[in-house]
Formats: sequence, structure tokens, C-alpha cells
Amino acid sequence: MRYLPLTPEDRKDMLETIGAPSVDALFADVPETARLKGPVDLPRRATELEVERAFTAMSSRNLSASTAPFFVGAGAYKHHVPATVDHLIQRSEFLTSYTPYQPEISQGTLQTLFEFQTQVALLTGTDVANASMYDGSTACAEAVLMACRITKRQRAVLSGNLHPHYAEATRTLAKYMDIEIEAAAPVPGGLDAVSDALTDDVACVVVQNPDVFGQVHDLRPLAEAAHAKGALLIAVFTEVVSLGLIESPGAMGADIVVGEGQSLGVGLQFGGPYVGLFACRDDRNFIRNLPGRLAGETVDADGRRGFVLTLSTREQHIRRDKATSNICTNSGLMALAFTIHMTLLGEAGLRTLARLNHERACEMADRLAALPGVEVLNSAFFNEITVRLPKPAAGVVEALAAKGILAGVPASRLYPGKGLDDLLILAATETNTDADLDALEAGLKEVL
Amino acid sequence: MSMNTQGRPSRPLHTHDAGAYTDTFSGSRGLDQAEPLIFERGRVDVTGVDLPEPTGAALRIGGLERKAEIGLPGLAEPETMRHYVRLSRKNYAIDLGLYPLGSCTMKHNPRLNEKMARLPGFGDIHPLQPQSTVQGALELIGELARWLMVLTNTPCVAMSPKAGAHGELCGMMAIRAALDARGETGRRRVLVPESAHGTNPATAVQCGFFCDEIPADATGRVDMAAFKAKLGPDVAAIMLTNPNTCGLFERDIKEIADLIHEAGGYFYCDGANFNAIVGRVRPGDLGIDAMHINLHKTFSTPHGGGGPGSGPTVFSQALAPFVPVPYVVREGETWRLVEHEHEAEGQPFGRMVAFHGQMGMFTRALSYMMSHGSDGLRQAAEDAVLNANYVLARLRHVMTAAFDGTCMHEALFDDRFLKGTGVTTLDFAKAMIDEGYHPMTMYFPLVVHGAMLIEPTETESKASLDRFCDTLEGLALAAQAGEAERFTAAPRHAPAKRLDETRAARTPVLRWSPPAETPQAAE
Repeated sequence: MRYLPLTPEDRKDMLETIGAPSVDALFADVPETARLKGPVDLPRRATELEVERAFTAMSSRNLSASTAPFFVGAGAYKHHVPATVDHLIQRSEFLTSYTPYQPEISQGTLQTLFEFQTQVALLTGTDVANASMYDGSTACAEAVLMACRITKRQRAVLSGNLHPHYAEATRTLAKYMDIEIEAAAPVPGGLDAVSDALTDDVACVVVQNPDVFGQVHDLRPLAEAAHAKGALLIAVFTEVVSLGLIESPGAMGADIVVGEGQSLGVGLQFGGPYVGLFACRDDRNFIRNLPGRLAGETVDADGRRGFVLTLSTREQHIRRDKATSNICTNSGLMALAFTIHMTLLGEAGLRTLARLNHERACEMADRLAALPGVEVLNSAFFNEITVRLPKPAAGVVEALAAKGILAGVPASRLYPGKGLDDLLILAATETNTDADLDALEAGLKEVL
Repeated sequence: MSMNTQGRPSRPLHTHDAGAYTDTFSGSRGLDQAEPLIFERGRVDVTGVDLPEPTGAALRIGGLERKAEIGLPGLAEPETMRHYVRLSRKNYAIDLGLYPLGSCTMKHNPRLNEKMARLPGFGDIHPLQPQSTVQGALELIGELARWLMVLTNTPCVAMSPKAGAHGELCGMMAIRAALDARGETGRRRVLVPESAHGTNPATAVQCGFFCDEIPADATGRVDMAAFKAKLGPDVAAIMLTNPNTCGLFERDIKEIADLIHEAGGYFYCDGANFNAIVGRVRPGDLGIDAMHINLHKTFSTPHGGGGPGSGPTVFSQALAPFVPVPYVVREGETWRLVEHEHEAEGQPFGRMVAFHGQMGMFTRALSYMMSHGSDGLRQAAEDAVLNANYVLARLRHVMTAAFDGTCMHEALFDDRFLKGTGVTTLDFAKAMIDEGYHPMTMYFPLVVHGAMLIEPTETESKASLDRFCDTLEGLALAAQAGEAERFTAAPRHAPAKRLDETRAARTPVLRWSPPAETPQAAE
């Protein structure tokens, strides 16, 4: 077996050193009846070539984003990732290392996490960020728990225009923690009534910007309303590139900012692994309640700057049943990919990229609005819009997929049974060519 | 745009004051090159990508344009490459050498897995594309699920948990949902052995349970008398790790399963150590109700400096109705995703995560499993156990084995052999760095004093283990011979000397900040 270096001779010698008659003897503590006598009923080992063939066959049954006019968003976005990113994250020393428990030989990981934390804090307009979460949805759920710990209140209000999967992940995590979750009804292209639910016992209001329908909002009035009731404002984003063009959530008054960093460096990957971004105000109470890992700066015995994992007294391996969360890992490699891509872009590149995304979306909006029976619902948007079609969107998307065009996400897939069947959510990014827009326009003309 | 990065670093790279020293002008030590932060080197007007010029058309973002500078530096492509390559060289990694971090299972990461995960049909598809356009991806999830169910002999698996601890949460939430469905609102006590991973109690609490610890017996296993005494009508579950964190198989596991079931509770098994028994023992045969599987540990998906992980969770028939959405089902020749609770057949407790789980880890894990096959996986578990027992046998005359007898895939020592030497467990670990090894897991499990948990894994050769054991033997003898200085000054040959962790926690600096406007002349 190519991954196992021991030879039969080695195994014999080693058993002799151990003083065991056979490998079976090493499993003596396993109850006799539970010991399998032979291999389980699965295929036997395959050569590298055989595995490649099997995988290529499965891969070829999928329509990959780069081979189609592609307008799917709603929480994950197709962007061009520079080749340098994928090369660097495949460096053995990054790819095959573990959690940096020994800082003296983990400065590579620790310094990049420190850079990541700083980039995320700057982007979100907050003071500090953690070293990443599983993804945007789990970051959102953990933010609600954190807000409840800080305010000592047990009620959270979610915007109806928050990505429904984020709302569901939040509801699941809160379910057995005696946290009451209330959600407003979705208002595609508009402002939902989340502020109406604000009362004195609300821990936090959770609002997404741009929201799941693509609409961009000024968060300031909501921040003021929340703060007036002693509640925190949690701002969520699913498209991090939008932060290169739109005023930051922190500057608009958000206390905790969470979101998905997949757009930078990570790629689509059918939904994971992604990278959750989590940032907040520099407040002792906030930092003590932050979930997840933190890299911090210090010095070594020679007085040279170095980095370590820090403030771990909040974490499960120290506080066990009193920990701020049960999370034990982060998305280290994806955070690295994010940081490298962000470093390549720099502020100038990010601003240009954001602008390009917006302009492509404007063009798409204009073209779709000109189609008979199609109505664009957004007055303000970044790179994603929602349109009303003259027939159910799910069928339209299927019909276009049959033509090799991936035309977006029917709102009914996210909000089944909510009467949003004729709505389609479409994203355009810098990767969309004029030919893509032509194909979308022509395809829609045919199937509508 | 103005430059914001030409100031001092937030801490000096090297100083000549307060007794600190450096013997080079640059702060570099040969190939170990000093590398500032991007914030000290980059500029906001530099970019390492070529993008087309925007047209300058009017914005339609509701007048919410970001105006002030963000302060994000950029580096040109060659600078970026050099920065991160230099940083990478300050990391230890399994591709560099043995990584005996017990409980973390650092084994060889085959590059075939990376290649398979990057096939465009897996790496470049969107989670919300029409299902008709991702049939191969859904098939892959279904196929991986089948392998996991066969290897564990369970009827059901939740694929969406994003890491081991997330899988624990999934299993314990299913238990909570099952209890609620039975109307058993009084069952809130979860029995957790002393040797449990710290995530276990934290997870139980997140499901609205409270924890009750079970002590270990003299052999490092669950104290059966204590366990039996704790059973009662308020017990929801036991969370047991098997093989346990002392590297031992819980001999009484079937009796534990029977007793907890008789008492009306469920059996959660922490499957972090499944790699020790995969292909040889099926957890379903032991009576477990739920168990997460860390794909990165057992099935070699790389851990990238601390994630991503992936924690599919298998369920017994009793818990199968409560499996969370989404999951895949096969209908004839077609694969379908069940994405919403109302479409599900049972009573799912909800959705744990935005999309379908860690697809990129699924591809890697299945690639590894198919490469090994049923025969190779069994051999891998045997070699992991053989290697650990070899280390235990080779070192027990100079280091103190925590328990008698054989072990499973990890060997547990404690600090009794360092008594009176002036060398602490931490010192010993740091001395290993000078010898070119990543230290073992320290101070865990908590059941023994000064624990040192060594997990060599199955991908180490005998020659590699011999070199490692010779080195540790040398260190142990040196400590006992009074060479404490070798240890307390360690590491001497690492990119950084011992780091001040207390200072980092006491005055947290969690991000870079621009240097102050005026120089701190008063300092």
C-alpha cells in the first residue's frame, strides 16, 4: 500500500520488540464479538489511476461554473482567484500543519492569522476580529449567542431579508439554549419590518447588507433604534467584495459584524469549506465573549516580535462546560487563502474589483428590466438583484440550465411556500463577459 | 491615496535594549529571514492583480459609498509570493517530519486528494445550482456516506457538520430532539468521563444539558462502579470517547451501551480516534447511537494550520429520524437534496450550516478511502496501533508509561521520569523542537499528571520511529543526568525563542495598528 511504509519484515521485528505474538494481540481489549474477522464489504484498494478515473467520471456529470454563463449567488459568489493563492496554500508548511499549539515553530500560521484579523477588522470597520469561523452562517449563529451573553437577554430578532439558511443555522444553535428567535417577513427589494419587533428585552437585531435579495441598506437608523433599546446590532454580509464599495457596517453602527469570506481566495466548492469572518468592537466584555481562536502579538526570549494563540481561557479546552462556544477549530487554510488574495488586491485592487462587480450588475439589471414582463425590484444594490418574472422562477432556471445557462437562484428554493415563486435572485461578478449577458438575455427571451 | 504604512512596527523587530540582542543587522538568521507584517511593507496604492478599468458609470448603491481610506495594504505579486513563502518556512508540518501530536492524528496527506478536490466538477460548482447540474457531486456525497455507514455499521449519517465539534453538536442535538419527541423533559444530565475532550462538556451545555463527570479507574478507563451509581431517570446520555483519550480501548463499552440504554439514555461516542479501529471494529456493533467522524484525522484531509475540518455524524436507527437537513437521497438513477424540514421524512432538528457541508473535504476523504480500500483501511488501523505500541515499548524504560499493558494508536506517558530533574513537561517539549520534532500533546488528558500523548500514526516508517525513539531516549537520559540547561533554554534552534504567552494574554494586541502620529520620544 503506497501510503503505508511498514514492510512485513518491519511488522515482525516490531511485534518482537513489543513482545506481542501478533497484531491481533494488540486488539485484545476489544470485545471478541466486536472484532471483525475480515475486511468490510467495500471495494479493495485502488491505484492512483483508478481513483482518478472514478473521480473524473463523477466530476464530468456536473456543470462547472467556469464553463457556463453563470449568475448564481445568494450566499456564494464566483470570482476569479489569482493562481498565486492556490499555489501558496498548497505549500506543505501551510497545508500540512496543525493548529499552532507550539508558537516557536508555527510563526508562519500565527503571523498570517494576525494579518487576517487585522484585514477583517479594517474591512468591517470594527476594532478586532477572530481567526475565523466555519462559515458565515455559523458565525451569524455564534454572534447571536455572544450578544445574549453580553446583554444577558434571551431574545433575538432577525431581519426577514437575512439569508434563510443563516436564519435556520441560528435558530438551530439557539434552539436548546432558551433563546427566543423572532423573524420578520421577507420584503424583496425593500426594507423589512425588523425594527418594529424591538423591545426592551431584545439582545440583538440581525440584519444582512446587502440583503439576500441584493438590496443595499443604510444601517444607521436601525443601529440607533437598537441601541436605544439596549440591544446590539449584528450586521451580516455574504458578499465580502461589497465592502470595497459600500460604507462599512462598523461605521454604520454595527456592534458585531459577521459574514462569509468565500469570495476572496476560497472558490465555490459546492458550499464548503468556506471561511466565516467575525469582528466586533474593542470592548473588554466583547473580547471576553468572542467565540473561536485569536492570534495575539507578543515577544520571544530575545525580545523579538512573535505571535501566539491567546485568551484561550474563554475556550472549551480550559473552561469546558463554561466555554463561550464548543468550537475547537477554525478555517485556517481558507483564512490564509482570503488573506493572500486580499494582500494581492490591496485597497486599490479591492476598490476596483468592487466597482467592476457593481458595474456588471448594473448592466445586467438594465438588460433584464428591458425584457417584457420582467421587473427589477431593487432600487439600490451591489452585485446582486432580484427580478419578478411572468412565470415561476424554478421552471425558468431549469429550462435555462438545460441550455447550459446557470441563471440564478429561484427565491422559492430559499423561501419555499412563502409566495415568492415568481422571484429570481441573480448575481453578476467581474467574471461575467458580455457574451454571458447576451446568453442570459437571449435565453430568458426564449423561455419567458 | 496616502500611504499609511511607513511608520514603526507595532513592536520592534529586534532591539538592543533591555538585555535583548540580535547578532545580525537585518534581524534575519540566514535562511530564517525576518519578515515584517504586510501592513509595514505594503501600500494602499499597490496591487498585485491586473483588473480592467471600471467605466466610471454612476453608482446605484443608495448613496452609501465608502469614502474614507480603509487602510488595506497591497503587495505586488512577487512581493506577495516572497512574503508568504518566507512565512511558510517558519512552520512545522507533517511533510517536514514526524508530528506526534496525540489526539490530533497528523498523518501523511496524499496529494492525489488535492488533485481530485480541484477537479472543476467539484471545486467549481455552486451549492445552489440546479440539482440537475450537480448529479456527480451529489453522487459523491452519497458514495462517501455509504462508505461511512458500512465502516461504522450504522443506517444513517448527517454529512453537513463542518468539524468534529460541530459533529458532536449534531449528535447531541439529535439526542435532545429524540428526548423531546418522547416528552422526556426531565432528562438533562449528561455523563462525561474525566478524560473527555473539552469540547464534549461545552457541546452538552449548548444542547441545554448539564454535565456530570465520571472518574477514570486505575487502568485509565471509565470507572464502572461510578458510572452505574450515576445512572438514573434524569440521565440523557453518556459522551464517551473510544478509543479513549488515554489511548485505550474501553473494554466495557458494550456493557456501558446496554446500561445506558436500559436507563433510558443514549450513547454518544466521540469518534475522534476512529482511525485506531477503522476496518477492524464497527462502532455500530458496540451499541453507539451517534458518533462523529473527523475526516481530517481518520481519512487524511489536510488540516491547514487549524482547519478546515469535517465532522459527518453517524446515527443508530433510534436517532435516524432526527437527522438534520440537508441530506442526499437516491431516487432511481437520480440524486436529490432534501433541503427543507418539511420535505424530510423524520423530525429533523433543523439546519446546522448554510450549505451541504465540507464538499472539499468529502472529495479528499473519498479519494483516500478508495485508495486504501477495505483492506488498506484495516491495514492502516493495524499499523497505527502497531507504531504506537512500538514507541511505547521502546521508551517505557526511560520515560514513564501512564498505564500498564498495550495501547491503541497513541502512547501515553507522564512526567514521573522528570521528577527531581528541574525539567518540566513544557521544557521537555521545547527541547524536542531543537531536535527537529514537533512536540507531542502535553498536559492532556487531565487524568494523569504531566501527560505526554504521542501519536505516531500509520504513515511513519520503522526507521523514522527508531530515530524518534533514539532522540527521546537521549533527551530523557540527559534530563536525568542533570543537563537541565539544555531544556530550560530550549528552543535554541527555532524561528522564535520561547514566546511570552502571559504577556499576550495580559495586554492583548489582536491586530496591527498604524503607528502613532508623533514619535514616542518619551520612551
